[in-house]
Amino acid sequence: MKGLRKLLDNIKPNFEKGGKLAIFQSFFDAIDTLLYVPDKVTRSGSHIRDAIDMKRTMIIVVLSMVPALLFGMWNVGRFHFLSLGLLADKTFWEIFRFGFFKVLPLIIVSYVTGLTIEIIFAQIRKHDVPEGFFVTGFLIPLIMPVDVPLWMVAVATAFAVVIGVEVFGGAGMNVLNPALTARAFLFFAYPSHMSGDKVWIAGLNQGTGVIDGFSGETVMGYAAANRLSDMPYTPHDMFFGFIPGSIGETSTLAILIGAFILIYTGIGSWKIITSVFAGGLFMGFILNLFAVNDYMAVPAWQHLIIGGFAFGAVFMATDPVSAAQTEKGKWIYGFLVGVFAILIRVLNPAYPEGVMLAILLMNVFAPLIDHYVIEANIKRRMKRVEPSKT
Amino acid sequence: MPDSIKIRKGLNINLQGKAEKIFIKAKRAELFAVKPTDFHNLLPKLEVAVNDKVKAGTALFYDKYHPDIKFTSPVSGTVQAINRGERRRILDVVISPDEEFEYQEFVQADPSTLTREEIIHYLQSSGLWPAIRQRPYNLMANPSDTPKSIFISAFDTSPLAPDYDFLLKDLNSEFQTGINALLKLSGGKVHLNLDSTYPASTVFANAKGVQINKFNGPHPAGNVGTQIHFVDPINKGEIVWVISPQDIVTIGRLFIQGRYDASRIIALTGSEVKNPRYYKSIAGSCIRSLTDGNVREGNQRYISGNVLTGTRVSQNGFLGYYDSQITVIPEGNHHEFFGWFSPGLSKFSISRSFLSKLVPRNEFRIDTNIHGGKRALMITGSFEKVFPMDIYPMQLLKAISIEDIDLMEKLGIYEVVEEDFALCEFIDTSKTDIQTLVRKGLDLMYKEMN
Repeated sequence: MKGLRKLLDNIKPNFEKGGKLAIFQSFFDAIDTLLYVPDKVTRSGSHIRDAIDMKRTMIIVVLSMVPALLFGMWNVGRFHFLSLGLLADKTFWEIFRFGFFKVLPLIIVSYVTGLTIEIIFAQIRKHDVPEGFFVTGFLIPLIMPVDVPLWMVAVATAFAVVIGVEVFGGAGMNVLNPALTARAFLFFAYPSHMSGDKVWIAGLNQGTGVIDGFSGETVMGYAAANRLSDMPYTPHDMFFGFIPGSIGETSTLAILIGAFILIYTGIGSWKIITSVFAGGLFMGFILNLFAVNDYMAVPAWQHLIIGGFAFGAVFMATDPVSAAQTEKGKWIYGFLVGVFAILIRVLNPAYPEGVMLAILLMNVFAPLIDHYVIEANIKRRMKRVEPSKT
Repeated sequence: MPDSIKIRKGLNINLQGKAEKIFIKAKRAELFAVKPTDFHNLLPKLEVAVNDKVKAGTALFYDKYHPDIKFTSPVSGTVQAINRGERRRILDVVISPDEEFEYQEFVQADPSTLTREEIIHYLQSSGLWPAIRQRPYNLMANPSDTPKSIFISAFDTSPLAPDYDFLLKDLNSEFQTGINALLKLSGGKVHLNLDSTYPASTVFANAKGVQINKFNGPHPAGNVGTQIHFVDPINKGEIVWVISPQDIVTIGRLFIQGRYDASRIIALTGSEVKNPRYYKSIAGSCIRSLTDGNVREGNQRYISGNVLTGTRVSQNGFLGYYDSQITVIPEGNHHEFFGWFSPGLSKFSISRSFLSKLVPRNEFRIDTNIHGGKRALMITGSFEKVFPMDIYPMQLLKAISIEDIDLMEKLGIYEVVEEDFALCEFIDTSKTDIQTLVRKGLDLMYKEMN
């Protein structure tokens, strides 16, 4: 390993100011700091520092999403072969391999597009390449339908990074969750590729070899069409993830494993995660009380295990930049995300999934929530002065 | 008032190298120094020149804006050097000590029989006035102010901190005499804050005229800023003075003996010290007199003070005016291959993102590596875990970054000083120099108000 370090130290001067390759400085630094934690030391103040840094934080978030990704890959294969009527003949590895090669290109496209843009901006702004895209680049494929064209992933990623993040001043300054920005962009720009009953299963659009009567409808598709009684999926299927849907969102179990990692390490806010679930349950109960159709009568707890609810609660709503930043604010923010997600999902037939819109909506309102939480703190401080004045 | 104020938020960083409770008489240092840089914003005016003879208590320089405030030599001897830095700023005045000390004579009197003005006069001329610091702004106290109260923290919760009970053992009368002086200075109460987890030493428990408040909890429970916040918070326009117990003893000696006796006890701590112990030494000593032969080989960081708030000094540097501790830890100027991906069995983190949390370990050896690059302040909710005051730390820091004076005031800048944010700086994922930022905020605020 000494040789590699030497090599990096030797070529480093080329990338520094005045060097031949100075325009690639951010790129070089990104690679260098990826390979080696820098040798920089403290100067004053706190002479020692916690071992955690942004890279460690982001890699933990990525790790927490791996169970959902792996299950998603297998589920992609499973539904593909199910639609062809071949599932019984296939081994576990054949199923997984199909899904793996279907999903991998999405991940590659998302990372290559996003990181290229990030590095260019970092170079222009003369700062380090931020790690936030580690997570965003991983999230984007997970919230896509499997049959989304690769060029759309590239366009959506570019949109999310440039319009969602960089125009606000870069990572840490954005208002909206970047991965959801990508999905919302596709949802409104190419609705036919992002909804319906064909896009969730690989190969269903071409339709070759599909067995008669097979439907790729999601649970929410059935519900919105008021055909819940025709739905072949049990709550058991929904919890473990044997249902069609975006790649990473189907298995509540896999997502809960991720939630455990985030909460245990202290990196994801348990306050946001639990309050989103609480808000969803609350709204579910309210709808049950006034149920006039089948969808409104769906048991509240079932809402939490279908669609993107759990995925959004654990991996999307918790993004520290776009969520509320005060601890009290996080409770309110999370609860309202849950309430709006179910409200939009059930009562607005134009949007079969409300989680995306609920989180984006609350991203916009998060600063307002924080404002009132902080105002309360300021008022407490002012009050302390007043009695002593009189 | 409850029996004991429980501080719930905070963090104890357990480092290797806690001082064993043994007093060693340190050999007399070959050089001593008084450093104007220990006093923020001070503009020193020299009263001595190189080769001048000085006694212990002779003024070396004074404050340009308060010429009565003198900074005096801790020992008798000869001025050996006056070192200057950029723009001829005085860095330190170095004294080479005599064999036998001669002392400048001040008054021998019980402070309770003196007037406030007399006490201020003697503290100023003996060089002890600077021991009193004011909040807000964390500056040397201004003698023309009358503080609403004076706070003394009798315990230190910072990493490897010296034990004040041990430091002040059997110094009951010196401490009480010092307290008597402070009682004359305060416009209100004198608060003495103790740790309720163990019985206080008689020096503190029997102190008269003070209000005793008890605290328990992790660091920063021992920070005087935390204590002020919970007992008598500072509002706009109010001033509180703070002073450390060892300095109170020195003030006590001034009035008992009539001279500036600068002897004090220093804890030599840190993972790179072979035998961490307490030393009987003298203020302003060259740290070599304590560290020689007692520090492991290697590239080390010498700190006057503790690892969170101390000042970096060279191997031949001098003890800071306010410090009772020297810490030696390894420098961390090395690259770590895929360090951010490693399991991290021996890494310290408040988060549970390293395996070290699964293997119980009592003490850590932490070097000075920053462990990552600087980023925007992104992670929320982490500062709140170690910041016990009812203040939003992240929002206050952002207000300082954008230099919004009005917002800084609203968010509580008067209540905080650099050290209150030391833990935030330690745990910060974005590796911002937070204490420097807080100092910038305090300076901005001070300029605005004065």
